[in-house]
Amino acid sequence: MSAAPLLQVKNLKMHFPVTEGVMVRKVVATVKAVDDVSFSLQPGETLGLVGESGCGKTTTGRCILQLEKPTAGEIIFEGEDLAKLDRKGLVAKRARMQVIFQDPYSSLNPRMKVGSIIGEPMKVHGILPDRKQRQERVAELLSVCGLNPKFMDRYPHEMSGGQRQRVGIARALALNPQFIVCDEAVSALDVSIQAQVINLLEDLRDKFNLSYLFIAHDLSVVRHLCHRVAVMYLGKLVELADSDELFEHPKHPYTKALLEAVPIPDPTIEKGRVHRIMQGEVPSPMNPPSGCVFHPRCPIAVDSCKREVPQSRELRPGHWVACPRV
Amino acid sequence: MATLLEVKDLRTQFETSAGTVRAVDGVSYTVEEGETVGIVGESGCGKSVGALSVLRLIPDPPGRVVGGSIHFRGEDLLAMSDEKLHSVRGGQIAMVFQEPMTSLNPVLTIGLQLCETMEFHLKLTPEQARLRAVELLGMVGISEPERRLDQYPHHLSGGMRQRVMIALAVSCKPKLIIADEPTTALDVTIQAQILELMKNLTKRFGVALVVITHNLGVVARYADRVNVMYAGRIVESGTAADIYHRPMHPYTLGLLRSVPRMDRPRGEKLIPIDGQPPDLTREIVGCAYRPRCSFATERCAREDPALEAVGHGHRSACFEKDRLAQLLKVAS
Repeated sequence: MSAAPLLQVKNLKMHFPVTEGVMVRKVVATVKAVDDVSFSLQPGETLGLVGESGCGKTTTGRCILQLEKPTAGEIIFEGEDLAKLDRKGLVAKRARMQVIFQDPYSSLNPRMKVGSIIGEPMKVHGILPDRKQRQERVAELLSVCGLNPKFMDRYPHEMSGGQRQRVGIARALALNPQFIVCDEAVSALDVSIQAQVINLLEDLRDKFNLSYLFIAHDLSVVRHLCHRVAVMYLGKLVELADSDELFEHPKHPYTKALLEAVPIPDPTIEKGRVHRIMQGEVPSPMNPPSGCVFHPRCPIAVDSCKREVPQSRELRPGHWVACPRV
Repeated sequence: MATLLEVKDLRTQFETSAGTVRAVDGVSYTVEEGETVGIVGESGCGKSVGALSVLRLIPDPPGRVVGGSIHFRGEDLLAMSDEKLHSVRGGQIAMVFQEPMTSLNPVLTIGLQLCETMEFHLKLTPEQARLRAVELLGMVGISEPERRLDQYPHHLSGGMRQRVMIALAVSCKPKLIIADEPTTALDVTIQAQILELMKNLTKRFGVALVVITHNLGVVARYADRVNVMYAGRIVESGTAADIYHRPMHPYTLGLLRSVPRMDRPRGEKLIPIDGQPPDLTREIVGCAYRPRCSFATERCAREDPALEAVGHGHRSACFEKDRLAQLLKVAS
């Protein structure tokens, strides 16, 4: 894929101040939720963003959607730097990028009917001002997402988790976006329902040539769905590669440990696997380790890792690793 | 190996405004000494309620165990006096819950919670209990155990709290530990640490373990035997190899085909199970899985399949199991 990228994230930083005091707020520390992250996304491509809780993957997604104002860095979407757009320009761009959230219970307004939930973005953006036309479009979106158009008149609480997640997807599609951030979009669902929603996301991607930023902690789902995968640890991007390449030839010691920790649903394969367990826990992002943030848990760390922040380098075409020891 | 736990025809119901929910509807299984049994199924299939029923932890009302028996080392837990049950619960049978945040008391120190249990069950003096608590915390991999004893649960991370729960579970030398989604709330590397710890401790002390989970990978890695539950019943049970390599129930097959696998390349299509689990407030006639099943026949709508032997220690509740087996044979 050599076409112009749909999205470019360049040296993105998102630092949150930690304050103390009620009357006089004093900044006592900063949490580097996202620290110097860069990647790009092609049209029609799905990029997986994985890592454990607190690694900054959700914050990265929020920064791209301009739900947070990044501390530094550029987010270039369809050739335009989002930070430089005025309000009107940003609203127009926002119609092109949507989000699907994790929790189908809290991301739909319980007091709105499904029809209004899906129709509202069109109303806000002035697309299909005619009520009747809008209703037709909602019905179409519902059936695209595998729901009966009659569900339009239901409230979210009358639906199951899987159905609600389909409503969330229909809402994201309402404005014909080019790009959707899926933030743990299938994590809350049961296996059999999760498979239905994964297949739906795949079908929609093919049908509408959508690009996804697929944020997830479940590596099996990511392998299944994503063309490329980026691994984050404590706000840093540690490895980025083609999906098959990353899962078959992981290079960064953190990626390796992460992959080894995932159990495979096959007892014969599991018996043959070496279960090396990575010790320790993720340190506090308020006080991250010096040098390479992974060095306290790293099996191949040397002295210099405590001092030098590793730079990302391209090991093979398209395979980037931020570790000098591999 | 002797049978440690024998659950027979267990039925647990809940009275709700929508009607009676048959959360567990005739479940029978055994746990042998020292073995690890996995109970898998999706939300609402009755796996947790079944486990809580074993220790009579179902809140009554609205819930009630309405039938069956649960024999632990020959004694019926359901018929036991409350007093006697107290000595079994937390003593010979321990429990590890999903949420380490809510299952530890937030206003008591770690030390107090550990020592209280041991003083009650093992009749230790406070000094002895404290010594053993330090030893236990060290054993589950908590650094500076002496200092930790005086800390509160909120001082610890989720993984550390779950380690405390495990220390608490093994503290009174139980014969059986029931772990209800012990790692679901944890990150994957911490999940691996906790599961490995539980495996090592149960092997070391010869404790039997019942792991309740929705994660088919966890079961494949750790369980000797597996029970698959659907709509309040066990639909298939067998060794891990039976369940994963020779499934004899369409639901088990459906689960295995719908779970994405990290060892399979991208682009392989998942085969989801159509539809949704049934509403348990309604009485189910015939097989509960029928509406979602591609093997269903007319008989499945009328009769209720019983859990029958299909091989050594392998049981399935399906009328069409032979057709299923034939099909899988041809496919492979």
